Amino acid sequence: MKEQAHSPWSNRSFPEAAKDLLADSQIRRNVRHATNVIQAKRNRVVGELPDWEQLRDAGAAIRAHALKHLDHYLAQFEENCTRAGGHIHWARDAAEANRIILELIQRHAAKEVIKIKTMTSEEIGLNRNLQANGIQPHETDLAELIIQLGRDKPSHFVVPALHKNRQQVREIFQREMHLPDLGGQPEDLASAARTYLREKYLRIKVAVSGANFLVAENGAVCIVESEGNGRMCLTLPDVLISLVGIEKVLPRYRDLEVFLQTLPRSATGERMNPYNSIWTGVHAGDGPKEFHVVLLDNGRSPILADDESRQTLQCIRCAACLNACPVYHQTGGHAYESVYPGPIGAILTPQLHSMHEGRSLPYASSLCGACYEVCPVKINIPEVLIHLRGKVVQQDQKTLSGKLGLWNIGMQAAAFLFADASRLSLAQHLGQIGQKVVVSKNGFIEHLPLMLSGWTQTRDLRPLPAQSFRDWWEQREKTQQTPIATAPTSSDKTQEKKHAG
Amino acid sequence: MRVSLFITCYNDTLFPETGKAVVRVLERLGHTVEFRKEQTCCGQMHWNTGYLREAVPIIRHFVDVYRDAEIVVAPSSSCVSMMRDHYMKAADLAQDTKLAADVESLLPRIYEFTEFLVKKLGVEDVGATYPHKVTYHTSCHSQRSLHLGDIPIRLLKQVRSLELLPLENPQECCGFGGTFSIKNADVSSAMLADKARTVLNTGAEVCTAVDNSCLMHIYGSLHRQRTFVRTAHIAEILASTAGAEGGGQ
Amino acid sequence: MPDSQVARDAILSSIRTALRAPAGVDTAAIASEYAALPRLYKREGTMDPAALLDLFTHRLVEYDAGVYRTSAENIGSEVARILSERGRRRIAIPDGLPPEWLPDGFDFQRASRFGEHQLDQLEGVLTGCTVACAETGSIVLQNAAAQGPRSLTLVPDYHLCVVFAAQVLETVPECFARLDADAALPTTFFSGPSATADIEMTRIKGVHGPRFLDVLLVV
Ligand code: SF4
Repeated sequence: MKEQAHSPWSNRSFPEAAKDLLADSQIRRNVRHATNVIQAKRNRVVGELPDWEQLRDAGAAIRAHALKHLDHYLAQFEENCTRAGGHIHWARDAAEANRIILELIQRHAAKEVIKIKTMTSEEIGLNRNLQANGIQPHETDLAELIIQLGRDKPSHFVVPALHKNRQQVREIFQREMHLPDLGGQPEDLASAARTYLREKYLRIKVAVSGANFLVAENGAVCIVESEGNGRMCLTLPDVLISLVGIEKVLPRYRDLEVFLQTLPRSATGERMNPYNSIWTGVHAGDGPKEFHVVLLDNGRSPILADDESRQTLQCIRCAACLNACPVYHQTGGHAYESVYPGPIGAILTPQLHSMHEGRSLPYASSLCGACYEVCPVKINIPEVLIHLRGKVVQQDQKTLSGKLGLWNIGMQAAAFLFADASRLSLAQHLGQIGQKVVVSKNGFIEHLPLMLSGWTQTRDLRPLPAQSFRDWWEQREKTQQTPIATAPTSSDKTQEKKHAG
Repeated sequence: MRVSLFITCYNDTLFPETGKAVVRVLERLGHTVEFRKEQTCCGQMHWNTGYLREAVPIIRHFVDVYRDAEIVVAPSSSCVSMMRDHYMKAADLAQDTKLAADVESLLPRIYEFTEFLVKKLGVEDVGATYPHKVTYHTSCHSQRSLHLGDIPIRLLKQVRSLELLPLENPQECCGFGGTFSIKNADVSSAMLADKARTVLNTGAEVCTAVDNSCLMHIYGSLHRQRTFVRTAHIAEILASTAGAEGGGQ
Repeated sequence: MPDSQVARDAILSSIRTALRAPAGVDTAAIASEYAALPRLYKREGTMDPAALLDLFTHRLVEYDAGVYRTSAENIGSEVARILSERGRRRIAIPDGLPPEWLPDGFDFQRASRFGEHQLDQLEGVLTGCTVACAETGSIVLQNAAAQGPRSLTLVPDYHLCVVFAAQVLETVPECFARLDADAALPTTFFSGPSATADIEMTRIKGVHGPRFLDVLLVV
């Protein structure tokens, strides 16, 4: 099952991929602008709600409860959706999901499908697979259309093309839609997309979507969106296929009253999405005649086993953690080399791969906690990051190269020092003497060796002062003096002169 | 009150002036400061880097050292948040119920330095004078874990002759993140560049915070750029009296 | 056993193993656990009716919708006025729309007779609604009398929606309380005309759904 899960885009580690993106000033400018705008909007509309924290508490509790009884709620969803005229399919992995969807499309002899933005379809590489089988998928979400026509990759899961600016979008549309005279205003670009897609909505008979929520109690499916492309795909075709991760189920219909408040405010900074669609199965005279839900596991169920990191699956994909993340601000989404970027991607991606891929991702965070602070379902991402780091370290320690690696040796040595204050004190004395080889003429450390060299590539380091605090304290006790209650001592002043920039 | 100072391993080694400043402030306020020589580290570096099992003995050692302390004060929000957020988990990981019980009894007696002044002692004016332009960086753990809010700012506002200049995006991480700054040196540097730029934009002479880890990082860039701006732990500012500068890097 | 059954059993058993779930599902225990979940958020609105309608109006105006007020007996004449102002004559209507909402001089066409292609040719659509939310400026449509199937309010470029004051509730939870009874009906929340912010986070009106929305508030 593992080998069939989607693979990250390459086997580069996060620091390597980030290096390239940091050199792309255009992407960084675009990302910075977009995240600043969303964050400001989000903060404003979240601030309006006096019960925001209570909504987060409820959201977290409902999602945790649903996961804890996931087997029960999935079976209930299956039963109720089927009763309402829907068809349920189960896919253990990406290959199985691709096969099911392909067969359903081929059964209707369709050569084209229209699609609503869905991260799960990115996850299983659906478009690639359909094309390989002679079926042309058309993305209908404006951002996904930009990505598809530009042969690019999404870098955010609410605004997948946020790394592109209007000039870049215009070039793509001019080239791919054969519109040499297309204007460069956002309105021109949106209207080009409207014309390009409207014909497809009215003609193509099979649509593929994801879903934001499934409701166990009545088999309902909920999709939120902005443009109306979703509604087009959900209502006009004869056949609708929704590919949904098994974790997306909610117990009751009225649970939506929580998430339809927290999701739009977190995701786009709006009080409500322009459109929410909720339906159950098929309805005579309204919408598709045939409705399929493909429930996708693809590495999710094993995550439930870990009490610490199970909360990862509470995610409602609002991307607020991306917008709040200072690491994401610098690199954008592509550095994560995964469909799921940002803080949530850093914990979800490696877990979907049973910690065999994306192992550098749990380290792609300064643990600043901004993600946890904004998360509408209170996923403690920093806590999970540390937990996963623990798994990576344990994996490494099982190999000889990991055991003998500099990090492991350094950490074991430090643990040895911290076990006993006299060892720490000795190390401080040795450091005070030994550092002479790295201290520059100006009294600072400007070059460090080996793995520590990363520090000094952009930062100087102040050397160890001549006397540690514990030595000073000892001296103070010995001399029984307490000069510090008044003015600084002369040694204070010397220190200050020496280290003042 | 008898205050047991947990200096933290890196302040002990790299920033003894901060420790002296804490002692100065607390003694000036009439409290007795003790320093337990057996203290080493809170275990944060190991824990946060994923060396969870290796962190457990360090944590156990910490708890043993301070078991009977009346109050423990540390001039570091990140170390205190390590204790509050992770010590219980470490005890769970080690399946050590005795450690868990010790942690539970010790945690309520542990304070971050500024938190101790304002929340426990109810003091905002510590009698300091610091004739400098200062800007305040809100370290991540101080706001998101300890929820210090405006406590440090309230203390700084009472310092005579101090001109407090607002920092743009004060709550954004400086990019330190412990071993993150080494493992992801490029991204960390990019984050630091933003922070250093906002610090320089304020026109302040001194950037302060409740954590020397961030300040060491920020100063690393300010010094590399050969700017005149210094960094100083908030304790050093609060310890300073008329005409005397409170140390700093 | 068909493939799907194999996959189903494999996934469900993988979930149960991961959760270390005991054999057999104790639905009563799950239900009581569910009932105990914390729900301390605001559920009931607190605003007085006038302020509520003002808030709703304000939200709609922010979305660039036109908002008009009238009394129950004047719906027809207001509909006539708004449609004339908009210059729209060929208007789709759902089944079950009260005849007194339909003034003379317009070409109202029952939607049940059309496919999507014909809808695309019409100049607009006139409907009622099930409920509306003031806090978010949302209107909720269901496939019910005077509202019709989902495509009706999607394909035409202009929507005139009649909302009664009693249908306007303050909070999202209040709306769901009211929707719960007919939760199985196809349901659409819309909040302003279709929009996107995909290009440089600039809000652009009207990508695929109707670009123009007028709301007639009956007080
Ligand atoms: S982890 Fe939380 S903040 Fe991030 S996308 Fe998921 S729900 Fe949103």
